[in-house]
Amino acid sequence: MKEILLLKDGEIVLKGLNRRQFEDVLIRNIKYALKGLGGFQIKSAQSTIYIVPQSEDVDLDEAVDRISRVFGLVSFSRAAMCPEKTLDSVLATAPVYLEKMLCAAKTFKVEAKRSDKQFPYKSPEICREAGGALLAKYPHLKVDVHHPDVTVYVEIRDFGAYVHADPIRGAGGIPVGTGGRAVILISGGIDSPVAAYMMAKRGVKLTAVHFASPPYTSQRAEEKVVRLLQKVSRYAGPMRLYTVPFTKMQEKLRDDCPEELFTIIMRRLMMQISEKIAKQRECGALITGESLGQVASQTIGALGCTDEATDMVVFRPLIGMDKQEIINLAYKIDTYDISIEPYEDCCTVFTPRHPHTKPILKFVKSAQEQADFEPLIEEAMEHLKITYIE
Amino acid sequence: MHYLDNSATTAVSPAAAQKAMKLMTCCFGNPSSLHALGIRAEHELQAARETVAGTIGADSREIIFTSGGTEANNLAVFGASEAKRRTCKRVVVSSVEHSSVREAAQKLSDEGWEVVQIPPATDGSVRPADVAAAVTDHTALVSVMLVNNETGVVNPVEEIFEAVHLKNRQTICHTDAVQAFGKLDFGVKRLGADLLTVSAHKVHAPKGCGALFVRKGVRILPRQIGGEQERRLRGGTEPLPAVAAFGVACGEFQTEANLATVRSLNAYAREKLLSIDGVVCNSPENALPYVLNISAGRVRSETMLHFLEERGVYVSSGSACAKGKPSYVLRAMGFEQKRADSALRVSFSKNNTTKDVDALVEGIALGLQTLAYR
Repeated sequence: MKEILLLKDGEIVLKGLNRRQFEDVLIRNIKYALKGLGGFQIKSAQSTIYIVPQSEDVDLDEAVDRISRVFGLVSFSRAAMCPEKTLDSVLATAPVYLEKMLCAAKTFKVEAKRSDKQFPYKSPEICREAGGALLAKYPHLKVDVHHPDVTVYVEIRDFGAYVHADPIRGAGGIPVGTGGRAVILISGGIDSPVAAYMMAKRGVKLTAVHFASPPYTSQRAEEKVVRLLQKVSRYAGPMRLYTVPFTKMQEKLRDDCPEELFTIIMRRLMMQISEKIAKQRECGALITGESLGQVASQTIGALGCTDEATDMVVFRPLIGMDKQEIINLAYKIDTYDISIEPYEDCCTVFTPRHPHTKPILKFVKSAQEQADFEPLIEEAMEHLKITYIE
Repeated sequence: MHYLDNSATTAVSPAAAQKAMKLMTCCFGNPSSLHALGIRAEHELQAARETVAGTIGADSREIIFTSGGTEANNLAVFGASEAKRRTCKRVVVSSVEHSSVREAAQKLSDEGWEVVQIPPATDGSVRPADVAAAVTDHTALVSVMLVNNETGVVNPVEEIFEAVHLKNRQTICHTDAVQAFGKLDFGVKRLGADLLTVSAHKVHAPKGCGALFVRKGVRILPRQIGGEQERRLRGGTEPLPAVAAFGVACGEFQTEANLATVRSLNAYAREKLLSIDGVVCNSPENALPYVLNISAGRVRSETMLHFLEERGVYVSSGSACAKGKPSYVLRAMGFEQKRADSALRVSFSKNNTTKDVDALVEGIALGLQTLAYR
């Protein structure tokens, strides 16, 4: 029996004249996700994408797993393709294909979708006939149209007739690459990978920036960031990671700036450097994992001072979320266990004992200007390390 | 490269590596096989067993090979307590044991055992009287390590076990000798140990192998079953390449000569390091010279470690865990948090020279001048 995947487009069906472009990107992303799994025929019609394996040995379980992480799909089904587009063929296919599920169930119902209006039977007739056939084969079943254990879907489409059970939820969102490009500042903690995931869900293509301060931070911290991004890239697609050498700036910070402003000036420097990288990469925005009130640098006052350092729009998708909500998402995208590995990142060494929670921009700026970080920023920009995440 | 982290692991000696290679490619039989290849493997196994036993004054039948120190410690703690479950309810351990003893004891405590932890005196060593005072008629096991892995402190295990046995002849006495093995001359008889743990990769043999000495007549129960191997105390085919290499490495021991070399190296390092302003020594004078624990100013262990690593000098951070969790051993010795936070463990082997120490001293002096602290 030939199995295929039927993918239902998400909110891109609401797009107007440019819908086609969105669909093209989505199909490109799907092709990328399925890379290495064998040959597939991929076609799109009636808000549905058909994925037809071209050989028997394709690992469809793995394909389902990968498709579940492609943004732009509201749901998808693993379906049996009936040999012919006839009612008899449907009635023969359904009991065999769904045998395991139906044996384990007590109640069921049938739903028919007839988008090919040339088909000689109407939807209620298909339901009735299919229901009868299934009851005949599995006499233990009862029909329950309100709360069935299993719903059997029969779809009569232009390309053929398909049978499947309840659809699988897709990742939602819109296709990565249709929402522009942005730089994600990633530290290695719990929050930034989640922020990256959330913006990728809105179609943003990512470039990652990480600040490394050896010897205060270890090689393992950098490797940890790579592993986190590998998890994120399962949703966000391939991306580049720029590692910025940050030690000299932090040492200058310690030498030349007031202690209580360490963190805030450090955040500003990170924004400025990220902005430069963003411009190189033609990105239109910066993304951070900040959440209001979580730490001293994430108060309204501090965020205001940080924002002033860049002209770019800064997205903070976690701004209104509680830590537990963020953690739940980190579990979902499988980054939590990596994030909690205990390597020093972005320097706890330089954390002030009593950071300002309400810094005054005027003083912050003058402290930063007095120290004059420009030459160091230039130097760092010349020593960026690029890692490709796939 | 200046490798000064020999208490973490050591380079495998060429002869041991060759032996392992031979047993992986030529004489690769299973020691339990009945055919000639198996018998040859069994002879290799027996030879290694005899060499290892010889180094600690044991009989070869008293050696149980394991996957390493952790497994041997686990086998000792769980195996002994399980064997005495009916009559006993207490286990006594020192509070500065390696985690493979400490956490095993913690698990026993979760299962309802009375676990008594004996803190060390301020010099880091465990007092015999303190241990004996905790031993009752219902004490199954006492476990005190011979040499501490973080500080090199040598515990008076002989006196401790004597005091314990005076109080309760039946109590099983275990010592974790992983850091003392090959570095200090000790015999199991003189120590009065019933169980004793050693590990291969700390003595220039491969990782993945260790042994538990189980004195004849002492009954413990296995943790891993399914096979006749190792007197049924540890089922599973022996990792012969590692075991045989372990035997070769043990055959190369020159305990006295090496100790003298390392002692002078340690004295040299101590003098040089202590002349740097801000460096203090956490290992007491009478500690085993192979380990030298110091605190360098207020620079955090991990920062200094990475700084030294950039200069090709490899040491260990004194603290067991990175994120600001200070070493429980140093805390138990009464050092303040800041000092424990900046602790570094320097550990020598016979292969180190004064050049390694010079590189270390230079690195620490430079680090203290340039690195940020809090």
